[in-house]
Amino acid sequence: MRLQFILSEIGIGLRRNLSMSISVVLVTFVSLTFVGAAALLQLQINAMKGDWYDKVEVSVFLCPRDSPEPTCAAGEVTEEQKAAIQEALDSPDIDPYVEKIYFESKEEAFAAFEKQFSDQWWAAETTVDDMNTSYRIKLADPEKYQVVADVLTGRQGVEEVQDQRALFDKLFLVLNRATLLSAGLAAVMLLAAVLLITTTIRLSAMSRRRETGIMRLVGASNLFIQLPFMLEGAIAATIGAALAVAGLWVGVKYLVTDWLGASVEWIPYVSTADVWFVTPFLVAIAIGLAAISSVVTLSRYTRV
Amino acid sequence: MIRFENVTKVYARGARPALDAVDLEVERGEFVFLVGASGSGKSTFLRLVLREERPSAGKVFVAGKDLTTLSSWKVPHLRRQIGAVFQDFRLLPNKTVFENVAFALQVIGKPRHHILTTVPDTLEMVGLAGKEKRRPHELSGGEQQRVAIARAFVNRPSILLADEPTGNLDPTTSLGIMRLLDRINRTGTTVVMATHDDEIVDQMRKRVIELSSGELVRDQSRGVYGSAR
Repeated sequence: MRLQFILSEIGIGLRRNLSMSISVVLVTFVSLTFVGAAALLQLQINAMKGDWYDKVEVSVFLCPRDSPEPTCAAGEVTEEQKAAIQEALDSPDIDPYVEKIYFESKEEAFAAFEKQFSDQWWAAETTVDDMNTSYRIKLADPEKYQVVADVLTGRQGVEEVQDQRALFDKLFLVLNRATLLSAGLAAVMLLAAVLLITTTIRLSAMSRRRETGIMRLVGASNLFIQLPFMLEGAIAATIGAALAVAGLWVGVKYLVTDWLGASVEWIPYVSTADVWFVTPFLVAIAIGLAAISSVVTLSRYTRV
Repeated sequence: MIRFENVTKVYARGARPALDAVDLEVERGEFVFLVGASGSGKSTFLRLVLREERPSAGKVFVAGKDLTTLSSWKVPHLRRQIGAVFQDFRLLPNKTVFENVAFALQVIGKPRHHILTTVPDTLEMVGLAGKEKRRPHELSGGEQQRVAIARAFVNRPSILLADEPTGNLDPTTSLGIMRLLDRINRTGTTVVMATHDDEIVDQMRKRVIELSSGELVRDQSRGVYGSAR
């Protein structure tokens, strides 16, 4: 009896304020889409970091023939300098952080260069002597780059120490900014959603004043009086969350997996599985929004 | 059943009290008329019994409970023991007679079979048998008030409060309503009725409590409306 009664009250409330209910659904839909987009961007960054940081290396470029660097004043790197660098890499200061060291001679570097760029007009002038001899160091922990760099930078015969992660930093910066933008828009939309849900509940409570007045008079409990209003808000918000999940799913499926994934293949992308991963959070936010709005409104409009 | 101990109610700070140091007791099963001019404090009295208001000073006891210390989550249970009817009936226009009365039981979580047996009984008692499917606007004023009384009485409260229940009705219809309230009183329900209707008070010869500017000026068993000059 109780449940049936409450459900019919909710139905009446949602229908009576149909346009308001729809606007609550839409605002939560848009705001949660932004929240979800921000979360997916972060997941995307994590996926790329996980994938790429495993592959990145620290490159220690040794001096070529005519380098302007002061550490290369003596000309091309000598065997003694190489030996000193090798010794530094094997020293206990660095050794624990290093997983593996590859040596790349300038001939090997030139071969790789030719393979990649031989059909470019600007590559024609390049000779073996323009290439750097280098150490490629794979770190046990990519975050410990600075330790290695500190030891090797400024050493005679070392032209430059380069962290390949720096190449990705710009991309991550863009993605992080996009996350911030998305989160900022989400915050504004969430605020709008709270205000709208508050107004909707208030309207609903006003339009059913006669009923709630009688309920109070005959001794209905507070929860019983307020529950239909709370559930109204929660149901509308949950529908909004469901739409947001559907929107994100479609977006990831068709925009990321099918389109980006097919045209740029070397990047690991978020998948629809990640959308399901953020779903519980979105629904929780939706219900939280409705709960906050209900508590704020109902304590004032349906008091005993 | 109802006991007021030195009760004062002041609505706005500095204003004249709506009730001023009122002391009175209503026994179980009594029928009491509450009379007095508009603004004399009758409605405030009823609101204090329903705990829609709290007294500014003094203590209110209803059905053995001290309302001044009753926590607000227990108020619904208090109100389930009190029925209330008003001058303006307060029916739900989009519900039928049956639904209006059933509503009072639904919202306190009574089971369906209980509602299906109690509501027709109560409607028959108030003389509305056969009109279950009518809507309030299809009924006369007297019939509407009977629906309101049925709704107030359907949960068999121990107290029935009536705030000028005959205020919108003609004398003949009012008499019918009074007979009904008297019948309810005979079932053991304490009835407190605020009224301006001197004919009714004079006819019924029940206990009369008169308020004037918030003060208790007369408490007379088998009294009449006008004070004994």
